[in-house]
Amino acid sequence: MILDSKVPSGPLEKKWSQFKADMKPVNPANKRKFKVLVVGTGLAGGAAAATLAELGYNVEAFTYHDSPRRAHSIAAQGGINAAKNYQNDGDSIWRLFYDTIKGGDFRSREANVYRLAEVSANIIDQSTAMGVPFAREYGGYLSNRSFGGALVSRTFYARGQTGQQLLLGVYAALSRQIEAKKVKMHNRKEMMDVVVVDGRAVGIVVRDLLTNKLESHYGDAVILATGGYASVFYLSTNALYCNVTASYRAYKRGAAFANPCYTQIHPTCIPQSGDHQSKLTLMSESLRNDGRIWVPKKAGDKRNPADIPEEERDYYLERMYPSYGNLSPRDISSRAAKRVCDEGRGVNATGKAVYLDFSDAINRLGQKVIADRYGNLFDMYENIIGVNPYKNPMMIYPAAHYAMGGLWVDYNLMSSIPGLFVLGEANFSDHGANRLGASALMQGLADGYFVIPNTINAYFGKGKPQTIPTDHPEFKKVEVEVQERITKLLNVNGKQSPTQLHKKLGAIMWEYVGMARNREGLKKAIGLIQELREEFWHDLKIVGPDSYLNPVIEKASRVADFMEFAEILAYDALMREESCGAHFREEYQTEEGEAKRNDKDYSYVAAWEFQGVGKEPILHKEDLKFEFVHLGERSYK
Amino acid sequence: MRINLHVWRQPNTEAKGHIQLYTLDDVSPDMSFLEMLDVLNEQLIQKGDDPVAFESDCREGICGTCGMVIDGIPHGKQSGATVCQLHMRKFKDGDDIYVEPYRHTVFPVIKDLFVDRSAYDRIIQAGGYVSANVGSAPDANANPIPKGIADLAMDAAQCIGCGACAAACPNGSAMLFVAAKVSHFNLLPQGQPEKATRARAMVKRMEDEGFGGCSNYYECEAACPKNISVRFIAKLNRDYLYAAFKEGV
Repeated sequence: MILDSKVPSGPLEKKWSQFKADMKPVNPANKRKFKVLVVGTGLAGGAAAATLAELGYNVEAFTYHDSPRRAHSIAAQGGINAAKNYQNDGDSIWRLFYDTIKGGDFRSREANVYRLAEVSANIIDQSTAMGVPFAREYGGYLSNRSFGGALVSRTFYARGQTGQQLLLGVYAALSRQIEAKKVKMHNRKEMMDVVVVDGRAVGIVVRDLLTNKLESHYGDAVILATGGYASVFYLSTNALYCNVTASYRAYKRGAAFANPCYTQIHPTCIPQSGDHQSKLTLMSESLRNDGRIWVPKKAGDKRNPADIPEEERDYYLERMYPSYGNLSPRDISSRAAKRVCDEGRGVNATGKAVYLDFSDAINRLGQKVIADRYGNLFDMYENIIGVNPYKNPMMIYPAAHYAMGGLWVDYNLMSSIPGLFVLGEANFSDHGANRLGASALMQGLADGYFVIPNTINAYFGKGKPQTIPTDHPEFKKVEVEVQERITKLLNVNGKQSPTQLHKKLGAIMWEYVGMARNREGLKKAIGLIQELREEFWHDLKIVGPDSYLNPVIEKASRVADFMEFAEILAYDALMREESCGAHFREEYQTEEGEAKRNDKDYSYVAAWEFQGVGKEPILHKEDLKFEFVHLGERSYK
Repeated sequence: MRINLHVWRQPNTEAKGHIQLYTLDDVSPDMSFLEMLDVLNEQLIQKGDDPVAFESDCREGICGTCGMVIDGIPHGKQSGATVCQLHMRKFKDGDDIYVEPYRHTVFPVIKDLFVDRSAYDRIIQAGGYVSANVGSAPDANANPIPKGIADLAMDAAQCIGCGACAAACPNGSAMLFVAAKVSHFNLLPQGQPEKATRARAMVKRMEDEGFGGCSNYYECEAACPKNISVRFIAKLNRDYLYAAFKEGV
């Protein structure tokens, strides 16, 4: 496998315009002859489907939800970054680019990140034109807030529901194309596999979740925008349906999987309350604009927070990282929280929580201003915990949140299988080893609205690919394989539900492959995952019908893929003998406990090639060449 | 806590359903209502019974996937919250709780508590958008919008499309849903060029789908997990009237 990033040559700020100048677009009259399949209707997939249809392509879109509006992009709270410099605080495309590449601990591709920063401003313009109600100042102009890892204020937001409003914008655009019959929408259909003929992706096999029947679909190109895999940890901020199946099945068909060990643990989530917990709820990072994080100075101090005097509190982020303070990046804040809790200074009955305190901000600005900024988040907190956060400090703890890793793509967002494109969280391309807050929405929309409509020409410009009928033997073969796997799940007849087994996997992953990792732990995890996978295939229990809607089968099928994928994640973490961004190896840290990067040996993208279940995959390296930035120490002090 | 759950079971759209009683011991007050159903389902799987089918995804009240009728009220008795945000601390030990799917001819039951809400998608397809192709946008600050207007549009835009308003309405009307979407766009300058056609097309689609008309019961507002105000229905009526003058009846 040869990994050619296809980055255009020339100066960084000219690459994207040069690419567009050099590409050969498809004749407008011919576009309708090209069929594009888009899997996933979140920000990246929905935007791609709508935009490609606007251009005239013949688009079919797929979601496993009942409606494209339900994709998990909807849950993003805090905001979306853009280099508009509306605040006159010195922001620029370069600064957003640099913050993002530094935030990713210099483990992403310069050209992709620069392009992202370049199109960021267009996203705000486009979304506003579509009626996204971003927050405004009294003068009528757009408002900004600050986010972690940046010293400028460049985050646009719609209360605490920015993801919802941006996704509804995408959904509206998509709905317009569905009405115009430019997009054929397939709801409640889950992608089960990619079909590859003569080395190119020619379609997908989907499962109708109502009838449990399989269907094959041909496409001249296939776009996966199927999100991330943080649910491999079982408890995460991801929605319950989120899974790795689409990406993982593409990987099994030959697409390289890049940097799976880069998983983000978000510092501000509501702590776990018990074993019944089905997911962890994120509290937006934007809360850290006004909230101050602290724990008691003394270990085991169980006093009521109000009874702990100021001098006995440790505002540890402000102490350790004075210039970024409470707005330090996510990986750094998460590890700091873990460290103080490991020292016995955690709060809550479990000792696994820290305070996020708004009393200073409420005293300074008044409760009304705080309610205006974060009202829905405060309500959500009170609903879940049953404590009023205006009167008592919130309690937070880190939780698995986002996957920086994903399928490997080149500059055109094409995977290592020609014709298979990967967008949004499902690809690896822009966030390196750690993603900054408010950058996921930016990337999803950049990929969908502005990048893929141009880069798909690099594939289609060569001419219309030959149509492969869905009764081609390869389609039939893949359908049979998918069906056999489902039948195998149904025939295990064991004792444990898919959820029970998923919980066990999550416990292994959180313990050994979570916030801090080490060699022995990772080796142990690989063994445990292999054992658990055996257990899964010997002790899985499925009930209910097999020819009509059955959520137990859906869940089992997704967990089965996690059981295999988890091992790749652990291999990647074991191989990368350095600490960078969200990947923290205990063996590689400074005396102060900060991540110690090793640029000499590990400045590359690790792209894994499938060799069979339970076999170590082959590692391919894409060297990261930094022509324009200097690889600095990632300091937030 | 001990909870007696009376749950609607219906294997498919054509089958006749019935209420089934399940008793759950050791329910923690910190559980969400759906986590309590998860516990029930795990027990049913252990017994080899088909678990209760219900939909939910984000479990933080924003995706609109969940929705069921609890003790006669869509999303349950806690106002301004989806069922995934409802916690068991709102109930007492020994409570009897009745759980049913949305009852609406336009939302046919697929299985148990699973219903088909695709009619809402089709209403949006009729006009719930601003026709602005990607690439045609001016600078986002080119058109300042008064904060009050932007905030009001955001109040309307918060709708999560869960279906509770139509399920709660004695007439089976989806007016609150339609009003929220029409108001969101029609309040903003970007929505003005299509203001009249949007109001007409979306109301017409709503009627064609089989939803009833609004006669001001306000049950929708009470059931809405996002507290969307019925004042938007008044706004929709004004826009609809305006459309009649502008385009003829």
